[in-house]
Amino acid sequence: MRYLPLSADDRAEMLDKIGEKNIDDLFVDVPKYALLKGLVDLPLHMTEMEVEQNFSAFSSRNVAAGDVPFFVGAGAYRHHVPSSVDYQIQRGEFLTAYTPYQPEISQGTLQTLYEFQSQVAQITGMDVANASMYDGSTGCGEAALMARRITRKKRIIVSGNLHPHYIEVVKSATKFADDVVVVNDPAINQAENLLAQVDETTSCVIVQNPDFFGNINDFTALAHALHEQKMLLVVVTTEIVALGAIKSPGEMGADIVVGEGQSIGNGLNYGGPYVGLFATRQKYVRQMPGRLCGETTDAEGKRGFVLTLSTREQHIRREKATSNICTNAGLCTLAFTIHMSLLGEKGYRHLAKLNHAGAVKMADKLRAIDGVEILNATFFNEFTVRLNKDAAAVVEELVDRDIIAGVPVSRLYPDRPELANHLIIAVTETTSEDDMDIMTKELKEVLK
Amino acid sequence: MMNNQGRPTNNNAASDAQITGYKSYTGSRGLEQEELLIYEIGDTQRTGVDLPEVEDFKSCLGDVERDQEIGLAGLSEPEAMRHYTRLSRKNYAIDMGLYPLGSCTMKHNPRLNEKMARLPGLGDIHPMQPLSTVQGALDLIDTLAHWLKTLTGMPAVAMSPKAGAHGELCGLMAIRTALEAKGDGRSIVLAPESAHGTNPATAALCGYKVVSIPATSEGRVDLAAMKDAMGPEIAAIMVTNPNTCGLFEREIVEMADAIHAVGGYFYCDGANFNAIVGKVRPGDLGVDAMHINLHKTFSTPHGGGGPGAGPVVLSEALAPYAPIPYVVAGEEEFNMVEHDVEGGESFGRMTAFHGQMGMFVRALSYMMSHGADGLARVAEDSVLNANYVLASLKDVMSASYEGPCMHEALFDDHFLKDTGVSTLDFAKAMIDEGYHPMTMYFPLVVHGAMLVEPTESESKQSVDQFIEMMRHLVKAAKGGEVERFSGAPYNAPLKRLDETGAARNPKLRWED
Repeated sequence: MRYLPLSADDRAEMLDKIGEKNIDDLFVDVPKYALLKGLVDLPLHMTEMEVEQNFSAFSSRNVAAGDVPFFVGAGAYRHHVPSSVDYQIQRGEFLTAYTPYQPEISQGTLQTLYEFQSQVAQITGMDVANASMYDGSTGCGEAALMARRITRKKRIIVSGNLHPHYIEVVKSATKFADDVVVVNDPAINQAENLLAQVDETTSCVIVQNPDFFGNINDFTALAHALHEQKMLLVVVTTEIVALGAIKSPGEMGADIVVGEGQSIGNGLNYGGPYVGLFATRQKYVRQMPGRLCGETTDAEGKRGFVLTLSTREQHIRREKATSNICTNAGLCTLAFTIHMSLLGEKGYRHLAKLNHAGAVKMADKLRAIDGVEILNATFFNEFTVRLNKDAAAVVEELVDRDIIAGVPVSRLYPDRPELANHLIIAVTETTSEDDMDIMTKELKEVLK
Repeated sequence: MMNNQGRPTNNNAASDAQITGYKSYTGSRGLEQEELLIYEIGDTQRTGVDLPEVEDFKSCLGDVERDQEIGLAGLSEPEAMRHYTRLSRKNYAIDMGLYPLGSCTMKHNPRLNEKMARLPGLGDIHPMQPLSTVQGALDLIDTLAHWLKTLTGMPAVAMSPKAGAHGELCGLMAIRTALEAKGDGRSIVLAPESAHGTNPATAALCGYKVVSIPATSEGRVDLAAMKDAMGPEIAAIMVTNPNTCGLFEREIVEMADAIHAVGGYFYCDGANFNAIVGKVRPGDLGVDAMHINLHKTFSTPHGGGGPGAGPVVLSEALAPYAPIPYVVAGEEEFNMVEHDVEGGESFGRMTAFHGQMGMFVRALSYMMSHGADGLARVAEDSVLNANYVLASLKDVMSASYEGPCMHEALFDDHFLKDTGVSTLDFAKAMIDEGYHPMTMYFPLVVHGAMLVEPTESESKQSVDQFIEMMRHLVKAAKGGEVERFSGAPYNAPLKRLDETGAARNPKLRWED
């Protein structure tokens, strides 16, 4: 078998050295009845060719985003990733390395983590970022817990325009910690009066920008008012490209910023692995979850990087740790950092502009169709429309016409009939004008 | 100075000091090149990406346009390639050599799996596109679930947890929800002192108090002590099996019986499933929940710290409380349940979307490549390699416990007594010999622990070379060559780093 180097002779020789007769003698501590006599009921080993055939079969039964006009967003976005990114992350030195606990032989990973933290801090407008969470949603749950540690208060106010999955993750992350999670109703294109809901027991308010429905908000006044009452503002961004065009959460006064970084460097991958961005103010750094990489020097005074402040973490602090997270999004952070280094300030800003311009163009085309109402006053590369028909049914009809038109809000809010006709449409730099025209034409027919 | 073939590299025989004595002007040493940060190489005007021009349009951003410079450094493509290639060469990796990190299972990462994960129909599909357009993906998830259930002998599996610790959280949340459904508000979780740090951290996150159970002198959970601690307040035990000393818990069934007798649940930490995959099914041992690190046992790459995936197999008793979403195989098509059904008991959602699909693809590719026969051999060869290391080093190093071990061999620092060499020094000297050190100072139950996990990926020749290297180092340590260790590593890209200084005065980002 191609992955297993030991030959029968090797095994015999090694058993001899150990002083046992056969391999099952090494499993002597397993209760006798539990040691399987034969093989489990699964197929036998396969050649590379056979495995490829199996996966081609799985793959061919899916519609790849790149093969059709594609307008799906709502927390994950199809962007173009330069070829060099995927090449670099497949270098064995990055791909097959462990967590950099031995800094002398892990400077490659450590220096890229330092660059990653720097980029994330800059983009979010915050003082410091960690070396990643699993994804944006789990980062959001961690932010709620961190706000409790900082404020020692337990009431969390959640915007109704936060991604519904993120809302659910916050609820489950705080479920057994006696936190009170107050979730607002979705409010498309309406100002939420979040401040009216806070009281002296409130730890934080969690908002999203651009929000789940695509609207862009200025949270500066909210941040200011919360700080006067010693409460924290958590700002979530699920489309990190947006921060190339709009003011950062840091500029608006956020205390914790959570982001989904998938858009930069990472593919759609049917929902994972993605990369959670997590940034905060310097004064809160010791309450942060996750790994942190810091600069130091070696015994000869040369600059180097190490994992640091690890007394926050589970492998040192155990039940008193700030989080139980161990494995993070390592290789996805590398993809993010390489892509961002290729973009640079100029490319990142331009990419954002391109995305926004595409969405504006798409909105203008759709606005001209009877039965489509654009609900957003503001948006970045994604907006919500109200159709004259059930949105999920329309999306299915458009699938038959080889278009994937967007996300029906009812998929996330099945119990809200008032949202049944709502559709979230995303446009990125990968959306061509042809795609937009095909979508416009077919949607028009379906809505007739 | 001799090269590998044993011939002098220079017949005129300059001394070592002469050859290595010149410090380079650049700080580089041949192929070992110094590399600056992107901020010191690039600038805000440079870019390595060509994008189409933007036509004039009317902004819909409102009044919050970003008007300040962010300060991001850009690189052209050749600069970026060189930068990251140079950095990559400062990493140790499985592709370069034996990576004996105990508890981490650093096995070979087949490139076939990378290729499969990049098939357009698997890599380029969106978690929110209509289910009718992702039937192959749902089938794949369901197939992987079937393999995991069959290998563990468990009836259900929750696929969405993103890593091992996230899986632990999933398991404990299911346990707590199951207990609360019976109106049972227990408050304590028992975990052995040898447990991974994630176990107590997870239990605390679930609102449980953690009570530590001592180990016996044989490196296993003290069953008598565990039984003494049992009572109506105990919600669960968290036991790693094979345990973190690399030993199979002989009394695992008695532990399961003991926790079940008081109405609690048995959470098994499956981090070390590699040792028993295809040989022993945890479902036959009374386990109620166990996470499986796909990035350990099923070889999805560690990637410098992640991503991982941590599906959790569940017993009948816990299955109803599993998180959403989950895939259901219908008669004609696959469905995904994304919201709790009417009257459902799911404890909720752990993550946006449906879990680490990219890792599912890689893991299933690995599993299909091995098959039922190959996976059993994975367990056997990993256990064989570890026992061979134990047998070949126990005369010079101090093995903490009697063998046989499972997939990893545990040594302590007793053999270094009075040598002036610590476990850390010894590990750093391994770096000079071209190896990544083993896991150090874990588990906490022995002094100066050294946990060696060779994995099944190593050939006999490779393991023999490792053993020979270790024997040389042991001899040097016992022979008084303290400086070989105290100053190590001498031959790594950097000398020992000041970790205390880094923590005292944290510098966590670039600033001009």
